[in-house]
Amino acid sequence: MTLKTLWHRLGSPRWFYQISRPWIYVLGILALVLLVTGTVWGLVFAPMDYQQHDSFRIMYVHVPAAMVAQSAYIVMGFAGVLLLVWRMKLADMVLATVVPFGMSMTLLALVTGAVWGKPTWGAWWVWDARTTSMLVLLFLYFGLYALRQAIARPEAAARACAVLAVVGMINIPIIKYSVNFALTLHQKASFTLTEAPSMPPEMWLPLALNVLGIYCLFGANLLSRLRLEILRRERGTQWVRDLVLSGSA
Amino acid sequence: MGPGSRVERVGVSFDSFADFIAMGGHGFYVWFSYGASMLVVVANVVVVRRSRLRCIRELTDMARRQRNTEAV
Repeated sequence: MTLKTLWHRLGSPRWFYQISRPWIYVLGILALVLLVTGTVWGLVFAPMDYQQHDSFRIMYVHVPAAMVAQSAYIVMGFAGVLLLVWRMKLADMVLATVVPFGMSMTLLALVTGAVWGKPTWGAWWVWDARTTSMLVLLFLYFGLYALRQAIARPEAAARACAVLAVVGMINIPIIKYSVNFALTLHQKASFTLTEAPSMPPEMWLPLALNVLGIYCLFGANLLSRLRLEILRRERGTQWVRDLVLSGSA
Repeated sequence: MGPGSRVERVGVSFDSFADFIAMGGHGFYVWFSYGASMLVVVANVVVVRRSRLRCIRELTDMARRQRNTEAV
């Protein structure tokens, strides 16, 4: 299949519905294996941090949640562009279906951050650059959810959400570089492409597994939500009718 | 803050199960975080699964009714 035909087929919810099913299983099983291994390793086997003692183990859930919350937003930003420029049907479905997952992960990152902040910084909440920009991310997710509910005409809602998603992308580099601003208690990035990590492998490997695991979960969750959204939006079509009657939906 | 680079022990990092639960006095913070994460992950999976089953049931009923009226 050439790139061009792939591009055209991506515009077809029916085609997407048919090819996406096995990927949910592959990604779902990968997510389960990676998350269980990473979590047990991080909780039980990773060596204790000499400064923070055992509260550093919150890192293994906090960092993956925060990373995937931002990546989910980036996915929506790209979907927004696809929708505004090429009017791709599937792009609006992505925009609608990423919101609950991204919102829950942003909330989780903020909550685990607060719970980590208490024993480490001595406060549940600090208005530093990163926590504040993550709070803005949460409000963007709330905004996208509310906007879709507020506009009755689906095409108008789709365009409005796409515009908000694209404009909100400005917040992503702000989150990323917020740790380099003066007003922050967050440490700078421990992992960069150019330098070796500043912690030993026994400590960062479980984190890497949980990060990969949460991305697989995001993939599986996005695909299954998309398939549900396709069924809902195409409910009047013959192919959906045939599909549910054959019992293979 | 920031995880340091000194490896203190190899293998299981706790001397006993009670030690593991206590998390060096930070048990509440650690277990609350892991509990909340588990909840969010499971909720994301369960919510989609339930709405999917409900949606398919509704669509199947709808399609059956339509087929029956067409047959008449």
